[in-house]
Amino acid sequence: MNNDIDFEGYTCPIPIKPKDTVVLGHGSGGKLSHDLINRLFLPEFGKAAPRALDDSAIVNINGQRLALTTDSHVVSPLFFPGGDIGRLAICGTVNDLAMVGAKPIALTCGFVIEEGLSFEILQRVVQSMRDSAAEAGVYIAAGDTKVVQKGSADKLFINTAGIGFVESDVNISGANAQVDDVVIISGTLGDHGIAVMSAREGLNFETDLQSDVAPLNHLIAAMMNAGEIHVLRDPTRGGLATTLNEIAIQSNLTIELQETALPVKPQVHAACEMLGFDPLYVANEGKLVAFVKPENAENILLAMRQTKYGEGAAIIGKVIKTNSPQVRLRTAIGGTRLIDMLPGEMLPRIC
Amino acid sequence: MKYVDEYRDPAQVKALLEEIGKAVTRPWTLMEICGGQTHAFLHHGLDDMLPGGIELVHGPGCPVCVTPLEQIDRALVIAARPDVIFTSYGDMLRVPGSTVDLFTVRAKGGDVRVVYSPLDALKIAKANPDKQVVFFAIGFETTAPPNAMAVLQAQKQNITNFSVLVSHVCVPPAMEAILNSKHNRVQAYLAAGHVCAVMGYHEYPPIAEKYKVPIVVTGFEPVDLLRGVLAAVKQLEAGKAEVENAYERIVTLEGNIPAQKVVNTVFQSVDRKWRGIGMIPLSGLGLRPEFASFDAETRFSVGKIVTQESPLCIAGEILQGLKKPPQCSVFGKECTPSSPIGAPMVSAEGACSAYYRYHREEVGT
Repeated sequence: MNNDIDFEGYTCPIPIKPKDTVVLGHGSGGKLSHDLINRLFLPEFGKAAPRALDDSAIVNINGQRLALTTDSHVVSPLFFPGGDIGRLAICGTVNDLAMVGAKPIALTCGFVIEEGLSFEILQRVVQSMRDSAAEAGVYIAAGDTKVVQKGSADKLFINTAGIGFVESDVNISGANAQVDDVVIISGTLGDHGIAVMSAREGLNFETDLQSDVAPLNHLIAAMMNAGEIHVLRDPTRGGLATTLNEIAIQSNLTIELQETALPVKPQVHAACEMLGFDPLYVANEGKLVAFVKPENAENILLAMRQTKYGEGAAIIGKVIKTNSPQVRLRTAIGGTRLIDMLPGEMLPRIC
Repeated sequence: MKYVDEYRDPAQVKALLEEIGKAVTRPWTLMEICGGQTHAFLHHGLDDMLPGGIELVHGPGCPVCVTPLEQIDRALVIAARPDVIFTSYGDMLRVPGSTVDLFTVRAKGGDVRVVYSPLDALKIAKANPDKQVVFFAIGFETTAPPNAMAVLQAQKQNITNFSVLVSHVCVPPAMEAILNSKHNRVQAYLAAGHVCAVMGYHEYPPIAEKYKVPIVVTGFEPVDLLRGVLAAVKQLEAGKAEVENAYERIVTLEGNIPAQKVVNTVFQSVDRKWRGIGMIPLSGLGLRPEFASFDAETRFSVGKIVTQESPLCIAGEILQGLKKPPQCSVFGKECTPSSPIGAPMVSAEGACSAYYRYHREEVGT
């Protein structure tokens, strides 16, 4: 904050100007993140790839379609119930590739390490990456290591980038939703966010909840075999609400959800009630949302339920035609409300 | 989930709506006091399901919304100091002061931390004896007991690097202020159930009697809310103005007496400015003289900071139920949850924020 502001007698006759500083909310995956991308990054970088706002870009090299993506991972604590930063780093990039219908092939990884980190912790993270990569069927092709002074980073940050093959007839994008499409979720909402929160200092609640962090490429392969898919997205930061709003905007359609159909574990429901969160906004790391034609929905749902990470798959809504893109929810008691993107950082309410 | 699902039961909701429909013979205007109730009405889509004659206006019971601008500016000045760890309930971080918010202070290096309880702030103070730890003690009678408890504990444990920036407000004086307004439209109150859980409802009969308004203690789940509406409507239709408890599973007449004792030990009634409404005599709680050493306002000499609101924001009219958020010229345009001009757009409990999230289509943005 500026120290030169004279607060005594200072008045504010006009609205607060747009923020001149990056705040944590810009990394929340919600509206502030979108503003940052649309107002700062895209004008400078241009719309280099035609689908820059999907989870992966698709580039054509000599007739071969390659999906390309990158993701940086920062999480506190490094180890949380059901996962760790290493598994997160592998699954995040594998899933981003798989969400455009690509078969993930190879990943790179870059480590930013704060001096003082023990080898034991680093080794556990690396072993977890090895196991997750093996599970996903990808290999780690290249890497980089930087060590920074104590205090210049928080223990360990990991960046991964990845490439995958996209078959010539595959066309999956957030812009492809169609009227009457059925919306399918692969399992329960909010497990990751609440599991990580429960492991954080200062939050005194205990739960047996595990993060859902998982590679979803095998699930997606099974789905693609079962029927045509229009849209795939993993509702990570910002939760399902933010992801569906992105799809509604990209496809210029309205999405209507049924509250009673949303799968939420009792532990997540209880934690959200206590903290004033909505499971629709809590992060997932091993879930996907799919938009499919109604006639294919049953087949795809069955195929999903036969896989490890799709057992809890459920139909949660549909696409309807309206004048403006939006996401609506039919509440359990029969009312309707709008579902907006996460505005900034998710904040626990006061009472 | 037990204690939640049974109060969101669609069959009970339907039955109550039908009963309300039968009871109503002409239009009535009810005010739900608490922002949590406003949020619940809109969250469940319940407001649109009520019979047409019943209008809900949204009360001043959002602690984040009514915390005065100058108190936020004081918080910003304190939080920016290098020797301070500033602790707060989460949703205060996004409330704009005159120039910035606590998020921005944090981004520029201020040590601003979200805590879930003021006792956590006390722990931070114990763990950081070389720092001044300040807790932003805001809210209604609901948050006053834990905040008072933190001060008592600090005194008992002789934690001298802990202080509180107090901006507590009390519901009954605001209810009277609204009824005294010449523009008042409120014909019955749905009183704030959680405030009553602490304070009881023995303060309300004189208000009901003096202003001839029914006051119904009301909860926060759909069935609770509709029971409150039904009781209020039945009273209005019968020409009664009584105090009634429709949240019996939580609230008793006398309230939580140990909690009240803690509050009365640490705090006393003071005049308090409400953001958007103005000064209401004896409507707030301030530290008693014997706890003055824990007052962050004096410790950091910020008491003189005085500010004025943006003239664009009609928070005052919103919080008094005179206007609804979509009637504001900047609602959904210059003023959104990610860039709020006024406090009711900030908190999940704020009326403007609730409208923006759930009812934006009405204003065609």
